Amino acid sequence: MRFSLTSEQQDLREAVRELMQDLCPAAVVRAAEDPYHSSIRTLDIAITALGASGLLVDTAHGGLGLDENYLVPMLIETGRAAAPLPLSETIGVSAGVLTSGGMAEALAAGELSCVADAAGSGLVRYGRADRLLVQGGWGGVGQICVFDLAEAEIVSVPAVDPAGGLTQITGGRPLFTVDDPQVVELAWHRGVLGASAQLLGLSQAMLAMTVGYVTERQQFGTSIGSFQAVKHQLASAAMAVEFAGPAVARAAAALAAGEGAPVVYVSTAKALASDAARQMARTAIQCHGAIGYTTEYDLHLFAKRAWALAADWGSAGWHRDRVATELGLLRSGTAPTH
Amino acid sequence: MDLSYTPAEEAFREQARTWLSTNVPSEPLPSGDTKDGFAAHLEWERTLHEDRWSVVSWPRAYGGRDASIWEWLIFEEEYYRAGAPQRVTQNGIFLLAPTLFEFGTKEQQDALLPRMAAAQDLWCQGWSEPGAGSDLAAISSRAVRDEDAGGWRLSGQKTWTTRGAFCTHMFGLFRTDPQAQRHRGLTYFLVPLDTPGVTVRGFERLDGDEGFAEVFLSDVFVPDSAVLGGVDQGWSVAMATTGSERGLTLRSPGRFLETADRLVALASSNSDDLTDTLRDRITKHWMQAQAYQNFTLAQVTDIVEKRQVGARSSLNKVFWSELDINLHEAALELLGPMGQSDNPWSRGFQFSLAGPIYAGTNEIQRNIIAERVLGLPRK
Repeated sequence: MRFSLTSEQQDLREAVRELMQDLCPAAVVRAAEDPYHSSIRTLDIAITALGASGLLVDTAHGGLGLDENYLVPMLIETGRAAAPLPLSETIGVSAGVLTSGGMAEALAAGELSCVADAAGSGLVRYGRADRLLVQGGWGGVGQICVFDLAEAEIVSVPAVDPAGGLTQITGGRPLFTVDDPQVVELAWHRGVLGASAQLLGLSQAMLAMTVGYVTERQQFGTSIGSFQAVKHQLASAAMAVEFAGPAVARAAAALAAGEGAPVVYVSTAKALASDAARQMARTAIQCHGAIGYTTEYDLHLFAKRAWALAADWGSAGWHRDRVATELGLLRSGTAPTH
Repeated sequence: MDLSYTPAEEAFREQARTWLSTNVPSEPLPSGDTKDGFAAHLEWERTLHEDRWSVVSWPRAYGGRDASIWEWLIFEEEYYRAGAPQRVTQNGIFLLAPTLFEFGTKEQQDALLPRMAAAQDLWCQGWSEPGAGSDLAAISSRAVRDEDAGGWRLSGQKTWTTRGAFCTHMFGLFRTDPQAQRHRGLTYFLVPLDTPGVTVRGFERLDGDEGFAEVFLSDVFVPDSAVLGGVDQGWSVAMATTGSERGLTLRSPGRFLETADRLVALASSNSDDLTDTLRDRITKHWMQAQAYQNFTLAQVTDIVEKRQVGARSSLNKVFWSELDINLHEAALELLGPMGQSDNPWSRGFQFSLAGPIYAGTNEIQRNIIAERVLGLPRK
């Protein structure tokens, strides 16, 4: 038994963290209101240069042949920086799908960037003409269809998260369809896991910002972080984040080992990470006082991304419904749809 | 991540499971916090000891099995899964023993540990006083040097002492330096409760069991050998192992996994009363029990690889104690009017309310998390 990152996973995590510190400060997140901004392109190129796109692609297809135990620490770090790129979609969701469609080499070579729309609603984060759309497979069932978006109609949608690149997509050229239930299920699980990992990173970033702020901020002649009311709120939020972390690691391990029934682990991870991130965002804004309720201060970038990801890939309630069903608890009313 | 146990650890699990399945009493014992129940639990403790299951992680010489911390976790998991009785010896085994191993002399260890393992000596904790609860450093019970007799004379009052009325010995903190303030000048003493001058009065806890006691000490003589870890060093000696109380050793995940599974089973068998709201809540708490298990596995990895857990044990304490209440509240809501009766869920609920209070209230724990884990300013 060893419940911890290996030294290689730790190294990857450090490398991504340093890269994010250099190339993805809050100013770059803000710049993402223009999805073609040069700083976003620089960040994208640097992540691709790490071989990230091929992280989960077999070595036979030119990838790194690694597993979800690597994906999670990497996406925790991109989440910590609120990186405004479809990284979980490209690295996690697409790997198996594009391998099925014979495009693994191109993905591993860093030639492709993907966005995802599991629900098939057409509402897509980071939609751009030079990306592929991986659509369908909600809940890990059904079909996934991959589209080339070069000719698609992509309309920017006003959104809460200014750096979330929300778009409405119609059209697009279908490239291929995947029916293999195992591939569809794995793509879903990786999407859910990726969102959970980013939520952890976002939560950790908000916690660090808030600890820093309440220590520095003086009111009533003293640091507000010395007040017990502030301490207790932060301790509670930190505790939620601390206990979500190992659940996400456990889900990654279940997928990496190809365990028979990963649903319970993956859904537990997403439910806990979503709730922790919501609690952290709320606590962070409260403890910052009025400055946290502005867009001039950076906190909102992290909170808004957290809200978006907490609601996507199945809300906490949706995942609890799933686990409840797995535990044999009968539902009396309507199932949550998302 | 390596989530597998070694063949030796799996064999240990099998051995524990087999032994528990043949030896755990088929009928639940009466509460160990009553006089009769305590006696029944002592029988059980001696059964455990006879086959070396009472202190699995201790050295063989003291009645243990030299089990690793992983094996200890496995044993706990199997213990609760088997529905085995509460451990009335736990305050000695889990709170005093780690301190004895760290600070005790060879003579103290040889004299005390085997008898503790065999449930011959039964230890209670003498820390709290009427004026010193969460503020433990406010202790006013004192020990005065008796040079001629080669020992100390203890006076004062301890209270909320768990199972104090049934125990034979008490470990406690006493002020040895009357000039010193707060954390300084305290000493950790080991006191047989049959020593002249000791009076013990049991009283009822919230659940009606006589599980608490007040211990009055009036000029009680103990020899120098009753000092654990050095005169005036009591605070650091006591604090060195509070991590055990708040974190792992007092409440291993096996206990909450079992309660969570029992709650899910209750919900399955009462599906007519299971609203979707309650179903959601129960699932949430079941997930939290899994989260506690995973958190613990990560923490034990840290311990094994010599990374300091330190104040992070306060995270465990707040989490498990609040989870325990949540699990029981959900069960009582499911049971509705049936929950009024004296039953395992209503008993467990009343007991769970003590969790956020003992071993340092959760208010204090949250201060510790904020100050020593997050680094917020004390003042």
